[in-house]
Amino acid sequence: MTFIMEYSDLILEGLWITVSLLIISFIFGFILSIFVALSRLSHYKIIALPAFIFTSVIRGTPLLVQIYIYYYGLGEVFAKMPGIRSSFLWPYLRDGYWYVAFALIVSTAAYWGEVIRGGLLAVPKGEIEAARAFGMSAFKILIRVRLPRAIYILTPTLAGETILLLKSTALASTIAIMDLLGAAQRFRSITLEVYQPLLTVAAIYLLITLLIEHLFKRVENRIPTRG
Amino acid sequence: MHESLYLLGFSENGWGPALLKGTWITLQISFGGFLTGLLIGLITASAKLCRFKSLQMIANGYSTLCRAVPELLLIILFFYGGSSLINAVAQRIGFEDFNVAGLPVAILVLGLVQGAYASEIFRGAIQSVHPGQIEAAQAYGLSQKKIFFRITLPIMAPNALAGLSNLWVYIIKDSALISVVGTSELLHIAKQAGGSTKEYLLFFGAAAVIYYLITLISSYFLRILETYLRRWQPKH
Repeated sequence: MTFIMEYSDLILEGLWITVSLLIISFIFGFILSIFVALSRLSHYKIIALPAFIFTSVIRGTPLLVQIYIYYYGLGEVFAKMPGIRSSFLWPYLRDGYWYVAFALIVSTAAYWGEVIRGGLLAVPKGEIEAARAFGMSAFKILIRVRLPRAIYILTPTLAGETILLLKSTALASTIAIMDLLGAAQRFRSITLEVYQPLLTVAAIYLLITLLIEHLFKRVENRIPTRG
Repeated sequence: MHESLYLLGFSENGWGPALLKGTWITLQISFGGFLTGLLIGLITASAKLCRFKSLQMIANGYSTLCRAVPELLLIILFFYGGSSLINAVAQRIGFEDFNVAGLPVAILVLGLVQGAYASEIFRGAIQSVHPGQIEAAQAYGLSQKKIFFRITLPIMAPNALAGLSNLWVYIIKDSALISVVGTSELLHIAKQAGGSTKEYLLFFGAAAVIYYLITLISSYFLRILETYLRRWQPKH
C-alpha cells in the first residue's frame, strides 16, 4: 500500500480535476440540454432542424475525435490568429482543460437534450391542461410544471447519464491532462507497474459512481410518489 | 483550406489510401469486438441467471466493474495488463518475448468492455420471455438446448436488438479509443496525418465525417433488421 502514500498528491490532484470537469460539464451541459430539447420540440422547422442536426452529429461521432478537433484543430487556428497570444484569453486557449470541458458540455447537451425531450413528452397532458386552466403563461407552465415534472420522471435515467459523463471525463488524459486516469498513467510510467495504479484509480471511479447513484437515490426519495 | 483538400485525395501526397485503410481497420475492430462482446455477453447473462451463487457473483462483479470504470482505463488496463500477462505466460513456458499484435488485442479488449453491457441487455431480453412459453415447450418434452434455440432465442431477439443496435453504435465510437494504445485505426491515421501536415482540423474533420457516415448507414440497416425481426409480433 506504500505506493498510494507516495503518489497520493498526484492522485488527489487528479481526483480534483476529474470531479471539477464532471461538475462543470454537468451544470452547463444540463442547462444547454434544456434549450436543445425545447428546440427539438419546436413547431418551427427552422429551430427544430438545426437542433436535430446538432444532436445527430455529436452523438454520431466519437467524443475523442471531437476533443481532438477542438484541441488540435481549433487550437491550431487560434494559435495562428494575430494578437491572440497576447490577449487575456490565451491562458485559457492554451490549456487543454478548457477544450475538454467544452467538448464535455457540448456532448452532454446533445445526449441529455434527447433524454429531456423524452421526459417533456412524458409529462401527463392533464397536468399541463390544469396549469393552463389556472391561466399560467406558456413560460410559467414550462418552468413550474413541465420541466420539474420531466426531470422527476428522468431522475433514474439522469443518474445513468451522469455516470457515463464521469467516464467520459477520463478522455482528458489523452491530451496530457492529469485527471485521475492521467495520474494513473503518470505513475504507471514512473513505477513501471501496470496493475497497481490503474486498479487503484479504477476503484476510485467505482466509488464516485456509487456516490453518484446514492445522491440520485436521495433526490428520487424526496419526490413524493403514489404507493 | 481548399488547396489543402488534395491532402485527402489519392494523389502522390494524398492521405486518402491511408485513411481508407484506417477505416477498414476501424470496421474490423468494431465488428470483431461486437461479436466477441455478444459471446461474452451471452455467457455472462447465462451466468447471471444460473443457479450457482458464485457464478452469479463473478458475472455481476465483472459487469458492474466494466460499467462503472471508464472505457479508456479498461482499454489501457486490458491492453498493457493483458499483453504483459501473455508475455509472462510465454516466458514461463519458454518462449521469447511475445509481440502481442494490435488487432486481436484491440478486438478482445473492446469485446470485454462490450460484454458487460451486452450481458445486461441479454438478461433483460431473456427475462422478458414469458415463463408460460418455456413451460409449454417443456410440456412438449423439448430438451433444454432446443428450448433455448427454438423458443427463447427467437422471442428475445427482437427485444434485445434495440439495445444491441445501440451497442454497435457505441463500439464504433469506442474503437476510436484504441488509437490511444497505438493500433493504426482511423483516428490513429488521422492523428499521424495531422501531425505530419499540421492540418489537424482537416484530418480530424475528415475522420469525424467518416465515423458519422458509418453510424448513419448502420443505424439505417439496423432499423430495417429490427422491423424484420418484429414482423410477427402483435402490433400495439
